[in-house]
Amino acid sequence: MSAPLLTIENVAVDLPTPRGNLRAVDHVNLSLEGGRTLGIVGESGCGKTMLSRAVLQLLPKKAKLAGRVIFDGQDLVRLDAERLRRLRGRDLAVVFQDPMTSLNPVLTIGTQLMETIQEHLELDAPVAKKRSIELLAAVGIPAPEQRLAQYPHQCSGGMRQRIAIAIALSCEPKLLIADEPTTALDVTIQAQILDLLAREQRRRHMAMIIITHDLGVVAGRADEVAVMYAGRVVERAPTSALFKRMHMPYTEALLAAIPKLDTAPHTPLPAISGRPPDPTRPLKGCSFAPRCRYAAGRCHEAKPELMDAETPGHRYACFHPIRMAEGIGA
Amino acid sequence: MMQLAVRPEPLLEVNNLVVEYGLGNKTVHAVSGVSLQVARGETLGLVGESGCGKSTLGRAVLQLRRAKSGRVLFDGEDLTAMEGEALRKMRRRVQLIFQDPIASLNPRRRIGDIVAEPLIIAGIKDAAERKRRVHEVLSAVGLDPDLVAGRLPHEFSGGQCQRICIARSLVLNPEFIVCDEPVSALDVSIRAQILNLLEEMKVRFGLTLLFIAHDLAVVKAVSDRVAVMYLGRLCEVGPSEQLFARPAHPYTGLLLQAIPVPDPDVRPAESVATGEPPSPIAPPSGCRFRTRCPRADQRCSAEIPELREVVPGQFAACHHPLA
Repeated sequence: MSAPLLTIENVAVDLPTPRGNLRAVDHVNLSLEGGRTLGIVGESGCGKTMLSRAVLQLLPKKAKLAGRVIFDGQDLVRLDAERLRRLRGRDLAVVFQDPMTSLNPVLTIGTQLMETIQEHLELDAPVAKKRSIELLAAVGIPAPEQRLAQYPHQCSGGMRQRIAIAIALSCEPKLLIADEPTTALDVTIQAQILDLLAREQRRRHMAMIIITHDLGVVAGRADEVAVMYAGRVVERAPTSALFKRMHMPYTEALLAAIPKLDTAPHTPLPAISGRPPDPTRPLKGCSFAPRCRYAAGRCHEAKPELMDAETPGHRYACFHPIRMAEGIGA
Repeated sequence: MMQLAVRPEPLLEVNNLVVEYGLGNKTVHAVSGVSLQVARGETLGLVGESGCGKSTLGRAVLQLRRAKSGRVLFDGEDLTAMEGEALRKMRRRVQLIFQDPIASLNPRRRIGDIVAEPLIIAGIKDAAERKRRVHEVLSAVGLDPDLVAGRLPHEFSGGQCQRICIARSLVLNPEFIVCDEPVSALDVSIRAQILNLLEEMKVRFGLTLLFIAHDLAVVKAVSDRVAVMYLGRLCEVGPSEQLFARPAHPYTGLLLQAIPVPDPDVRPAESVATGEPPSPIAPPSGCRFRTRCPRADQRCSAEIPELREVVPGQFAACHHPLA
């Protein structure tokens, strides 16, 4: 196995708030090899976006970061601003949820694309323009040459996200972080954008992190999935292993709570009662314990660390994992 | 004009409704001749992508947006012909729940006052009676009235705010509620709680619902029948299970295919969705879906397809329905 492209080592992010310290990311360890896709799944406030910001070194100014982020052999946490700036946009690219706010409304699409290309690849204007047109065509934008002269507001949401992807892909990044790339889009457009990302990834042998709240989005498209809850990774596994056998009750509950197309109407949904804990008031025990139907004494006393399941690469943080076979019950 | 036979005496009947917005010197054709019926006690799901006119239709039903033409009959009375006091009286029987629960609560008012407001507007002068009603609905939606009535909206999470909005919509004992994307702003684990609550409230208060959403699985979970809307027109209407199992309109088929399935063994279908919805300012001639439809031919651009019954109870507006 080759050395991973990205290693997240013991990363913790603290944010000062008027209500006290908020631990957004609580000692996360993850790694990703070149060309692979990692899905990070969790609900709002679970820390998935803060984790990606920690990788990109784009945390809010007041945030305190601990741990190491090794990307392509360098620790990004220790990298100076200038070298980081050269890395971001080139080897390390990102696509955000809302394409309207990630594109500059007063610059044409051509300017924004060419700016990135010229900044990082030292190409002259005509070459950069040619490349921009190729990129727009590659992400499925009709009449790319005319689009270059247009402004973001003249494009639909789906088009804008395609443009944001074109900019992200423009310098052949080694890693693309897509933070809820389709949440703002309609379902038919979502399918198109996810297909586009998968196709470009294969073509460019690029690693990808898809951050989403939708287990459905990662199921068919990620090699590995990490489920986050209250700042921690609570389960992590190769996608097929995870869906075949979930160990962490939160993962199971999250999947069960999604309405399914093959369920009859008016079937009550297995909802998760309560809500996630207040991140400024950390719990002593497992963060999911107050909502967990398997929780027992120890769960409220100590935090379970990630432990290995039988399947290689499958890890879970739970004292009372879901058992399939009877008799081994915890 | 199409008449959809459902059950006798629908509580709500929309006939050939047309709603348009002016945009400079252009016209947005938001709803273009929609007819549907909702039987008493039924939940009709209304699905479609953003900009298809589903919210406008919901608002036009409540007369929050006046129709250009067409009729909205509620319990036999034409709401489009009503004005002033008569309309206000009628509105007590029809309510609306919005997508963003936090934005739909006044941040400076206490929960007890927010929920009591409809009672004041309705002219219920007895404060004790108002308090009793507020307590009743807050308990019904799973909140402790003594704990929440004195607090402000910012003290609550999105899911709790949606419970408060539901309580407010129930306080006048309405018969009909339009739910406009009531769970799309909520997290998965909270979404299930609110959907279950709506189902419970429907039974307990004997409600009829028009449930608007873009998520087909969410709509299926609560609806008896489903209407699919595209660019201002209905594509298909039918009983939920039947429509999802055997869609007749190519657009319904496309929507169903596009949903990501949380199962890695189900390979995501290469997106068949060709292109994007056209603008409602200049909708295509004939069938509005034809520009994205793999089955479209000459006839589809020349002739507007009418809704017709393809299977008993299931209606599709398509010249070339799926088998």
